[in-house]
Amino acid sequence: MRLTRLCKLMLAVLTLAAGLAVALGETSFSLAQYAEAVMRPMSPPGEVLWMIRAPRVAVAVLVGMALGMAGATMQGLLRNPLADPGVLGVSAVSGLGAAFAISAGLAVLPGAIELSALAGALIAGAIVVGVAARFREPEALILFGVALSAFGGALTALVFNLSRSPVATAEMLAWLMGSVENRDAMDALRALVPMALGAALCLRAGAGLRMLTLGEEAARMSGLPMARLRVYAVAGSALLTGAAVAASGVIGFVGLAAPHLVRSLVKDDPRRILWPSALAGALLVVLADLAARMIPTEQELKLGVVTALFGAPAFALLAWRASRSWRS
Amino acid sequence: MSALWTLVDLSARQGRKTVVEDATFSVKPGELVGVIGPNGAGKTSLLRAGLGLLPLLRGEARLSGQAVTSLASTARARLVGYLPQERRVAWNVPARMVAALGATDLPEAEADAVAVERLARVGAGDLVDRGVLDMSGGERAKVLLARLLATRAPLLVADEPVAGLDPDAQLLTLDLLRGEVARGAGVVVTLHDLGLAARCCDRIVVVSKGRAVADAPPREALSRGVLADVFSLDGELIETAAGPVLAARRVS
Repeated sequence: MRLTRLCKLMLAVLTLAAGLAVALGETSFSLAQYAEAVMRPMSPPGEVLWMIRAPRVAVAVLVGMALGMAGATMQGLLRNPLADPGVLGVSAVSGLGAAFAISAGLAVLPGAIELSALAGALIAGAIVVGVAARFREPEALILFGVALSAFGGALTALVFNLSRSPVATAEMLAWLMGSVENRDAMDALRALVPMALGAALCLRAGAGLRMLTLGEEAARMSGLPMARLRVYAVAGSALLTGAAVAASGVIGFVGLAAPHLVRSLVKDDPRRILWPSALAGALLVVLADLAARMIPTEQELKLGVVTALFGAPAFALLAWRASRSWRS
Repeated sequence: MSALWTLVDLSARQGRKTVVEDATFSVKPGELVGVIGPNGAGKTSLLRAGLGLLPLLRGEARLSGQAVTSLASTARARLVGYLPQERRVAWNVPARMVAALGATDLPEAEADAVAVERLARVGAGDLVDRGVLDMSGGERAKVLLARLLATRAPLLVADEPVAGLDPDAQLLTLDLLRGEVARGAGVVVTLHDLGLAARCCDRIVVVSKGRAVADAPPREALSRGVLADVFSLDGELIETAAGPVLAARRVS
């Protein structure tokens, strides 16, 4: 399928899902109330739809797009179908950055949590790529990612442990479980800048990602400026992950699953997969957030919990399929 | 005729180990040069050092007269196409996309046209849209060879292009590379089959312990002395109607 046609189709499905996510929620409306919300945006139903649900869905779309594109970029860069910001520890270290900023009382400074999460993601991204250059085996990289993720988790637990403020602790916990609840238009706008930059870098790296299909040596001899493209890919995916973590906390498995949903539609091309992965990621997060709101529980489910519940079995399935190809 | 590739007293290291020592040889247009040597002798390291993929300790490597260390990656890619030993393809992309990766200097549509033509040339014209991971090892090797040919570079360097291929596919690969030589390219291949090297190459460079210990036409390069000293073989090349073949046994 042609890329533009595929993206248009996915965009239509995403628009439909986003519309559904704005329309549906804990409070149900009659047709007359929907009409009122459309005609008079400042009416009570209008406020629920446009001031509460729409920014939440917008943040879900942005976070999903960022995680989907970051996952596709990491998979292309590391030539590994199991790579994603969560599996490789980038999300965990980014979450650590956010938790540290909250614990240190920096939340009052605008952008401090976001910057701290971004810094964590960039550091983890650089470490992962350094390790990937040294250990080519996919199993070794995944194990290192597990270790980095565990270490990031341990340091985050330490931050919790040493936190003196129960409010900060509750805020950190909410962050780490991942949610787009109570987000406003400013949250979406704040996320947009680093995400746009990250996406631009990942798209610039596309030719390099495609060339890496044949391995490091072939890529180095290809005539493409691989060192620069690699930096674009790492910085881009880290920016996307950091911005997503800053906007919504840690939401796992979206970066892993989104590229696999569209892989066959772009014939596995690591360059053409970037946009469709972003759109698939957005669709996953919007639907997961809708599920989090619609599943009747005493307390609303956290988005990160929903994605992990569905994502972990999907990861196991992918690992099983990938391990067969490593043996062959 | 000026050389496409010149190595002069080249020494290089990998990590802390010196893997190439004082290697000297050159490749001219219209020449097929075989690089042979036992496992671990340093054949791949020699190619990699000469292409600027390993840090050099001493000496120099030149591509069409220009020091390889001073060449930008785009300029280097115009002068040499390289088929590395690693054959793992990460994704199940179609053959035409793999072959088109040899022509990144062209717009996408032109690169695709070159790719399809080269795939037809290597006998993989019916595989253009098939995923490379759905192919046999031999079919995948053809696609990777098409990628090398798609570079259209004056010098083609192939590291073990016939490894793991059946005899027919080995001969086809070397015939295709000879075709490039006939078009005026210089071609360098590393090979393990000494008989095949003797039959197909114009010149042979023998590598032992990181050194180029012989550089001569096949009969000279594969003398009894070299076979014994470098390969621990007691044998010789015997002329047949199909070209020279190696008759040898291990030195006990």
